[in-house]
Parts: sequence; structure tokens; C-alpha cells
Amino acid sequence: MALEQKPGDLQADPLVALEGAEDLPAIELTDPLWRIRLRLLWRNFKKNWGLFAENKIGLVGLFIIGVFALMAIAHPVLMATVWGGDNTEIYDPVIGYDAVVKEFIVVEVVTDPLSEIELIDARFTNINAQVGDIISQPQQPAPPSSKHLLGTDPLGRDVLSQLMFSTRAAFFLGMVAALVTVFIATTVGSMAAFFRGFVDSFLMRLADLILLMPLIPILIVIGGFWTIELWQLGVIIGVLNGFGGVAIVLRSQALAVSVKPFVDAARVAGGSKWHLIFRHVIPNVLPLSFLYMMFGVTEAISLEAVLSFFGLLNVDMSWGLMISVAQAEGYLLRGLDVWWLLFPAGMAVSVLAAAFFLVGRAMDEVVNPRLRQR
Amino acid sequence: MTTEAHVEVKNLEKRYPVQKSVFRSAKDFIHAVDGVNFSIAPGESLGLVGESGCGKTTTGRMLVKLLEATSGQVLLKTDGEVVDIANITDKDDLKSFRSDVQMIFQDPFESMNPRRTVYDTIAEPLTVQRIGTVPERETKVAELLNLVGLTPAESFMFRFPHELSGGQRQRVAIARALIVDPTFVVADEPTSMLDVSIRISVMDLMLKLAERLDVSYLYITHDLAVARYMCDRIAVMYLGKIVELAPTEDLLANPMHPYTKALLSAVPVPDPSYKRPPVEIKGGISKSINPQPRCRFYDRCPMAREDICGPQDHPPLEEKAPDHWVACYLVDKQSA
Repeated sequence: MALEQKPGDLQADPLVALEGAEDLPAIELTDPLWRIRLRLLWRNFKKNWGLFAENKIGLVGLFIIGVFALMAIAHPVLMATVWGGDNTEIYDPVIGYDAVVKEFIVVEVVTDPLSEIELIDARFTNINAQVGDIISQPQQPAPPSSKHLLGTDPLGRDVLSQLMFSTRAAFFLGMVAALVTVFIATTVGSMAAFFRGFVDSFLMRLADLILLMPLIPILIVIGGFWTIELWQLGVIIGVLNGFGGVAIVLRSQALAVSVKPFVDAARVAGGSKWHLIFRHVIPNVLPLSFLYMMFGVTEAISLEAVLSFFGLLNVDMSWGLMISVAQAEGYLLRGLDVWWLLFPAGMAVSVLAAAFFLVGRAMDEVVNPRLRQR
Repeated sequence: MTTEAHVEVKNLEKRYPVQKSVFRSAKDFIHAVDGVNFSIAPGESLGLVGESGCGKTTTGRMLVKLLEATSGQVLLKTDGEVVDIANITDKDDLKSFRSDVQMIFQDPFESMNPRRTVYDTIAEPLTVQRIGTVPERETKVAELLNLVGLTPAESFMFRFPHELSGGQRQRVAIARALIVDPTFVVADEPTSMLDVSIRISVMDLMLKLAERLDVSYLYITHDLAVARYMCDRIAVMYLGKIVELAPTEDLLANPMHPYTKALLSAVPVPDPSYKRPPVEIKGGISKSINPQPRCRFYDRCPMAREDICGPQDHPPLEEKAPDHWVACYLVDKQSA
């Protein structure tokens, strides 16, 4: 053996000395363990943040989320100051009312809804109205003005106030749905992968069943029987996702983790099943879980819009409800004439959902090193 | 020999069913380990050598209770008492078993959780078995790190596996195995994934520790050179059977079983002008699904004789020369 060297004297091993020279901040052992762990977490976070920030898409998503978060925070502040006091009646997103009285020309067929009024509508105000008459009546919806920056809705409520107020509901729903999804899916996926056999078959067939169920029709049916509160919707979405598709994805990840030698090593060290699952399998699945949490938020926000649009959600005000009101009052097909009824709410749903998706994509690159463009 | 054996393996078998389904119980079995017998004396290191798929890793995993044996016994002597490890089911017994018997894994890149620090990894046996307080564990981990040559310990303690080289990781793996003061360690090819340059220092480390801590090793490897460096005795495995078992130098100088001879003739020789004799054995390794009841090596054996080997079952492991056990009908008993 040409490589033979003197046994012992390991400190002199040149390789160890070389590789040990990486300059990491020296950690003093006098610190309590938790503080060292905190510092390691922080270091890890900084590293991952660096990777995340390399991807501009993720930063854009984060920025948009930040803007919406500001909107959500700003609403109660505005209600307490500018929109508060005597103005509360005007700007309250749910029960506020403000409409400028304006003169309309009575016509047979409306071409300009902001200055003309159909005969049949005019007769609600004045039973004797004729085509060609000019009648005064409160204008609702009203187009944007300095008083109402995004106009008012068909019931005379301030659209901007509604839009900002609804942001809170969207975040709340997204958080509930995402947390429930991730909690259930991580547990279910890890258990299925770890225990295999019957547990695995049962949970995965259940997931297949849930995947087969059409989510929106089922929610409509549920909404038809019971009043669904916002948090209940979050829990329902979370449970269906958590036992369904996300569980399948996380299980496949957990499967790859639970056959790794370090799990065997922990078993030889004397770790119990739960130690193996919670200390070894789940921490290695968790990054992917967080990723699906982001996608879960996207899904929840879109679903909320759909359900409120059908009026099946017991919620004071939400983006979907804003569109629903416009639709109920017959403005859905008016298109650009009454853009402030549809666009702000529709855009808010799309943009916030997209923002979470973008953050998810950027996180994907942190979690899956293979996706990194280098 | 029984009385002084630290670990004794008797007729150990592991069979895996093939094509099992809910509606049909398996008809075919892979005989991964098929009646293996050996014993390891205290402080001895026994090498288990064989080609891939011959069941050496399965044997090792059964010894540390990562796998349940289909049949057979593994007797372990702890505190002067001999216990069959299959009977260790009680929580406290299992705990003491886990601190008596440890394992070092083959792949240093996969045998450490990438999300846990070196400290977490090494202290894991202590943590899960609730041994000592946190400061005590820290001291012990630092001590072990020094012992395996990762100094200064403070700078290694809170690194993550990806911040270490392969050799450093395998040192950490060794430290993890040794932190509970085991008396018996199964080392499953601990150096096969390492660069040749680091291999020797890790092997030296293991030898040094074995001497200092009085540990017995079962050293699983496919590399005869490694086995020679590390082991007092070598057992050669072929298709789930031990075909030859002898003290290292005796086995290498005087191989008796045709498979061992073939194995030794395949060892690389650092001489470019060396002419390798033609490989004597024919064919490739056969499958171990429901093997025929005759010598496992029959189909490939250059010496096989139909009149002797054909009609008989796999030959028993017999002492053909003093302390030199061979499983072959064609090897004559020698007396020396």
C-alpha cells in the first residue's frame, strides 16, 4: 500500500487542516445552546434570502404582497381619520351610502349610462316619466371623483373603501387555508411515506378520491346547505387540499427522505418512530411544504372570489362580493362603461393571487437547487 | 469458543418474498442471507467480504436490529449476560441495546441529516435516549470530536454537513457511533465512498479507536485490501452463505475455497508488467431466488465435480485446517 502513513497523529492530516480553514464565524461554546441555534437559523435565513433575492420575480411578488398588506393596514387607519367621524356613513365599506343627485335624460335605449336613463327605470322615480324628459335622481354607481377615488358601487358605497377593507379578508382566508393545508399535508404525507403499507394505501386512496371531487361544485353545494363563514371556507380548502393533491406531492418527497441512511442512523441511535418522523422526515419535507403553502394562498383567494360571486359565503365584504353586487345589479356586461365596479376587485384578486404564486415560484428555486439558473 | 464470543450468529437467515400481493402469499423468496454462522470475540474485528448483492449488508443490518431476521439467532454478550437480540423488545432493554451496538454507514453524504448540525447528529443517541444534561452532552460531543480528529471541536460543532468534506463527515459518523460507548460496531463499508487519500486516515482512526475503546467490529467491505488492513479475521460471503472464514493472513496466503481464490486473483497488482492469469470462474453472479439445493457456487466453480457436488446440498462450513473454515466438498482436510 503506497498510501500507508503512520497511524495516529490525525491532527497532522493535511487534508483536515486544509478543509477546516473555511472561515466561519467562530462560535463560542460559552453561549447557551438556544442562542447558537438562533444564530444558525439567522445565518441560514440570510443565505436563503440571498438565493431568493437573486430572483427578481420573487421580489416583485413580495412587493405586491407588501402593497396589499399596506392597504389592509391603512383601511382601519383611514376609517379612524379621513373617512372617520361624520364621514363614516359615507365611507363605511358595508353600510356607507353616498350618491350625488344628477339629472338624466329619459331614453328608450341607453347608450351612455352616465347621462341617460331607461324609461322603465325612470318610472321607479316618477311614474309619469316619458321619453325625452329630464329627471333628477341619485347617481349610483357614480364614476370616480375626488370624493370617491374609485367611484361608488350600485348601492352608493365607496369602492376604494370596499377594496381596501376586503384585503384583510383575503389575507385572513389565504393564511387559514395555507396553514391548514400545510399542517395536514405535511403530517399525512410524512406518515404515509414513513409507515407505508396500509396507512399509505389508505391515505393515498383518500387523496385520489379528493382529487376526483370537483372542488367548486362541492363548495357550492355545501354553501347551499349551510352558511359558510370565511374561516370555515379556509378550513375546508385546507382540509381538501391537505388530504388531497398536496399530500401526494409531499408524500413523494417524504418517501425519498425516509429511505435515506440518516433515518436508519437515527433508528440505530435509538430514536422512536415519532422522533424519526418529526426530527428527520418532516424537517426535510418542510421547505416543499412552504412552497405549497404559497400556492395554497393563491388557490384560496381565487376560490373565495368564486364563492362570493355566487353569494354563497357569509362575508361582509370581499372582492368576489363586489363583483357579485355589480352582477346582481346588472352591470356585469356593461364592460368598460362602469369599469370601476369590476376592474379594481377583479384586478385585486388576480394580482394578489399572482403575487403569492410568484413568491412560490421564487421559493421553488431556493428549495429545488436544480431549478436555479446558474 | 462460545463462552468467549462477544457476538455469535447462528443460522441467520433473511428471506424476501417476491411478487407478494394482498390476494396471494409469496411463493418465491430471495434468500438474501441463508444460514450464516460466525462469532466475534471481544475486541476482535471480523471482515465480511463479498461481491455486491451477496448479503453482507443485510447481515450487518440484522445485527443492529434494522432488519428482523427471518430465522436464526444473534447472541450478544452484554454485562456478562448472553441475550438473543430478537428477544429485545422491552423499551429499556432496547435502549441499552442501542447503546451497546452501533453502526457506521457507507455513505457519509447521506448518513447525516442535512438540516441538523454536527452537534445534533453526534448527540442524537444521547438526546433520544435521554442521557445526561445539555452541558454534559456538549462536553461529551466536544470530547468525541477531538477523539476523531476534528479539532478545534468548537469550530466543527455547529456546522452543517454540507460544510464538511467526505472524510470529515465520516469522522462525524464515527463519533456518533461511539458517543454511547458501544461494545460492538457494525461498519458497513465506511471507507468505500471516500477518496483513497482520506481512506487510510479514517481506517487508522477506526483501528486506533477500537484499540482504545475496546470495541469489536463487524467490518463489511468488498475490498480485500481494506479488510486486510482492518480485520483480524475475514469471512468471505457468496450468495448469502459464508464460504470461507479464516484469520486474515492465513486466508490471504492460503485461500482454500475456489471463490476466495478467484477473488484474490482479481485484486489489482501495482505492477504494469504483471500478466493477470485468466479468470477461472465462469458466468456472472446467479440469482438467489429459491436457490437449488446444492452448492451455491456450483454453476461458476472451476473445480465443480458433478459426482461429488451435484447431488449434495450446499456444503457445511467445516474446519479444514486449524481455525480455517471452508464450505467446500472438494477441499481436503489438512492437519497442521
